[in-house]
Amino acid sequence: MAPDGSSKIERTEVDRVVIRFAGDSGDGMQLTGERFTSASAFFGNDLSTLPDFPAEIRAPAGTLPGVSAFQIHFSDHDILTPGDQPGVLVAMNPAALKANLKDLISGGLLILNSDAFERKNLDKAGYATDPLEDGSLDSYQVYKIPMTKMTIEAVKDFDVNKKEAERSKNMFALGVICWMYSRPLESTIAWLEKKFAKKPNIAQANIACLKAGHAFGETAELVAFEVKPAVLAPGRYRRVTGNQALAFGLIAASVQSKLPLFLGSYPITPASDILHELSRHKNFGVRTVQAEDEIAAVTMAIGASFGGHLGVTTTSGPGLDLKSEAIGLALQLELPLVVVNIQRGGPSTGLPTKTEQSDLMHAMYGRHGESPLPIVAAYSPPSCFWAAIEAARLAIKYMTPVILLSDGYLANGAEPWRIPSVEKLPDISTRFASQPNVGDDFWPYLRDDDTLARPWAIPGTAGLQHRIGGLEHADGTGNISYDPDNHHYMTLLRQAKVKAIEEDIDPLEFDADEGAKVLVLGWGSTYGAIGAACRRLRLRGKKIARAHLKHLNPFPKNTEQVLRRFDTIVIPEMNMGQLSKLIRSEFMIDSISINKMKGLPFRAGELEEHLLELV
Amino acid sequence: MSDEVMNERGVTEGSGPVTTLTRADFASDQEVRWCPGCGDYAILSAVQGIMPELGIPREKMVFISGIGCSSRFPYYMNTYGMHSIHGRAPAIATGLATARPDLTVWVVTGDGDGLSIGGNHLIHALRRNVNIKILMFNNQIYGLTKGQYSPTSEQGKVTKSTPFGSLERPFNPVSLALGAEAAFVARTMDIERKQLPAILRRAAAHRGSAFVEIYQNCNIFNDGAFIALTSKGGAGANRIYLEHGKPIRFGDDAERGVMMKPDGSLAIVDIKDVGEPALLVHDEHRDDPGLAFALSRLANGPTTPTPLGIFRDVERPVYGDGMEAQLRRAASEQGPGDLTRLLESGDTWQVGASSN
Repeated sequence: MAPDGSSKIERTEVDRVVIRFAGDSGDGMQLTGERFTSASAFFGNDLSTLPDFPAEIRAPAGTLPGVSAFQIHFSDHDILTPGDQPGVLVAMNPAALKANLKDLISGGLLILNSDAFERKNLDKAGYATDPLEDGSLDSYQVYKIPMTKMTIEAVKDFDVNKKEAERSKNMFALGVICWMYSRPLESTIAWLEKKFAKKPNIAQANIACLKAGHAFGETAELVAFEVKPAVLAPGRYRRVTGNQALAFGLIAASVQSKLPLFLGSYPITPASDILHELSRHKNFGVRTVQAEDEIAAVTMAIGASFGGHLGVTTTSGPGLDLKSEAIGLALQLELPLVVVNIQRGGPSTGLPTKTEQSDLMHAMYGRHGESPLPIVAAYSPPSCFWAAIEAARLAIKYMTPVILLSDGYLANGAEPWRIPSVEKLPDISTRFASQPNVGDDFWPYLRDDDTLARPWAIPGTAGLQHRIGGLEHADGTGNISYDPDNHHYMTLLRQAKVKAIEEDIDPLEFDADEGAKVLVLGWGSTYGAIGAACRRLRLRGKKIARAHLKHLNPFPKNTEQVLRRFDTIVIPEMNMGQLSKLIRSEFMIDSISINKMKGLPFRAGELEEHLLELV
Repeated sequence: MSDEVMNERGVTEGSGPVTTLTRADFASDQEVRWCPGCGDYAILSAVQGIMPELGIPREKMVFISGIGCSSRFPYYMNTYGMHSIHGRAPAIATGLATARPDLTVWVVTGDGDGLSIGGNHLIHALRRNVNIKILMFNNQIYGLTKGQYSPTSEQGKVTKSTPFGSLERPFNPVSLALGAEAAFVARTMDIERKQLPAILRRAAAHRGSAFVEIYQNCNIFNDGAFIALTSKGGAGANRIYLEHGKPIRFGDDAERGVMMKPDGSLAIVDIKDVGEPALLVHDEHRDDPGLAFALSRLANGPTTPTPLGIFRDVERPVYGDGMEAQLRRAASEQGPGDLTRLLESGDTWQVGASSN
């Protein structure tokens, strides 16, 4: 049944759809995608999204570098990725068409704002002839809709100027798509009313456009589809991006550890949203400082940790470079510290808004001296919540800096999230030292026998005054020591402390078909694409196994045992084979690398093709 | 939330007895290892000497340093302390003081640590007015790395790394601090037996950032850098003691002074030429830092008459206080943090039967 109650529309039922909204970076495509996503979530579909926007805030209008896109994959079953190739492309101008057409499946639906296809814009996009006229789009199902004109017409009764009117055309486009896929408009209308509460004329103009687009879809008798709600585990859901989940996870870690959260951070793409999100939640006692630089950000967090807070710093690759020395200090001080690295394309400034997994080696070895620390990796947007709590748990329990690896794809991508029950979150609280531990003295490096962690005595505790520092020190007393044997011993001890964590983390799970000889091993954001590729291979009758690492240092204790069950290990990574190298050096197990350094996540289809040759 | 946690663990209440501490109570059991004759000894002694007067329990005191000779300081104090990495002490102290407003946090740094590798953190700590006391030992040389020129070395300085003489104009640390919006700025010397502790007391009493430049003689790599002020005769001729509310005058017989010229600049004058009423009266609490800045420019390096004392002492909002106020405001406006409510904020939807 159509949302307006009429039932005469014939809707073709499909199980999943991939739509890409593309336009100029000023056209509001991210917002359009977001609203469509919300409507789909409300409708009960499973979904996954991928924004793709330029590094420039406003590249010149109408040009290829200025194109901003948002892809959503929604379905009536559980899905793992934002989809390989869109079946539907909404292009608001010639540049958006040109930049995205190559991805559209053959025979796909093309919805174009025909008003934007004027000579000036065609020139900017580099079209010699008008693609709407020259037959180059013949292999697609094309809808040319004069969106700008119809938008201006729709808002003529509202008190808005021409510029404001034209800016509403994204809502017209959204209305069209909502009609085609039978999405309810209510959530978007409510959202517009709230967003423009202080400018009711703008709210009403946008709502009019949304409705006009919807009505156009119906009167023009565009193709109409139906994607039924997915069967998801019962519970209350919300949509969450990786960065949002990560921020929530840090707050949860603060609550569950009973330690106030302190974030030192310097703005950097694509990590800044964590700073933004945490800054909003001061009612949890969250202190956020926008530091003068990356080094200040991490060292402020170290200072806060010294004072008994949960010290956290968030950054992306270039910032991690700058923080390296301070992370080594935290390691030497043996203070808890969570370092969140939202990886992006490198080296140097590289690709700030694009994703990559190329900081694994940096996390492992990117400090001078022998400086091991635990590494946790998120693997889906919602899993960033878990990863934050896990990183904090390890940092607090083992008195160590921990690096949490996420990436730009997880950070900005969104998925529905079954909201966890707070009662079921782990208790990660610790005890501060309160008494002398050697007679009347307090030794800051007298360790716990099980965890090898030193006691955490915070300023303000009478009788436990002590000094710690970056210089090598004797175990136990913490006094400066240049003794050769002591340094050898301390080096081994710091490694042993991290290694011992393998007893305290989940074993590596694997999912294997009976008789499978090939194991696909992944880490981080390749989780969804690997899962989807394996699912497709199984549908083709192939036998395959998969496993996904959530701890990169130490590896789960059973990792070698799992890997040795299979003849062939395949490791897809968005880098030149960093996990492959670690696996080889740790276990003497060779693997086949599938590498992609394009700033974009793997597509399930490309992995499927690679794997097909191996199974 | 932080208060609750601290109380629950009985930490913030664990203050020891305050009344009977002596200088010796603030000395740690570590052997002091500066070179014999180093100016640092006198500063350590002065700091340990004023500590008992402050009435603050040792466990509430934290000394944080970076790298360099001066940065060994925390090891010698029987308080909490951290010997961190080069230049970062002001940032570490910012984190600690912001997380724990109940603590008294001191930073000990040098001209290389504070003005070169850590210059950025120093100016931003002062700009924010974080509640930390920064003691910058200025010996105009890199000591721990064995004698390279520093950002306060005079132009033309011949060192191991500048055999043909340094090409760089030095920083004037007091000018720099004033330019960074510091609310409390002072200068003194390691050998100032009375003024040094007096200024340390004032710095301790100041709420917010306090910046104290301490001329400190490195008798190994830069001996005599302050000879113009420390030599016989130099004390009278070249030390200009700034006293609040008093005309600025100096000299063996207080025969010279500082006057403002009609163009607004300051000049050193003979009182017999201009008369005492023409002298500038020092005002530490002047809101506009212009005059304090002009005073800091009277000497470019300690080779001519040089002002010592408190250049500026004004009240400005303290960073940590602002942070605490925002936390309280958020808790009163949004209610105390509720994790379930946070996770269920925004658009949510129910799949299947509601668990309620």
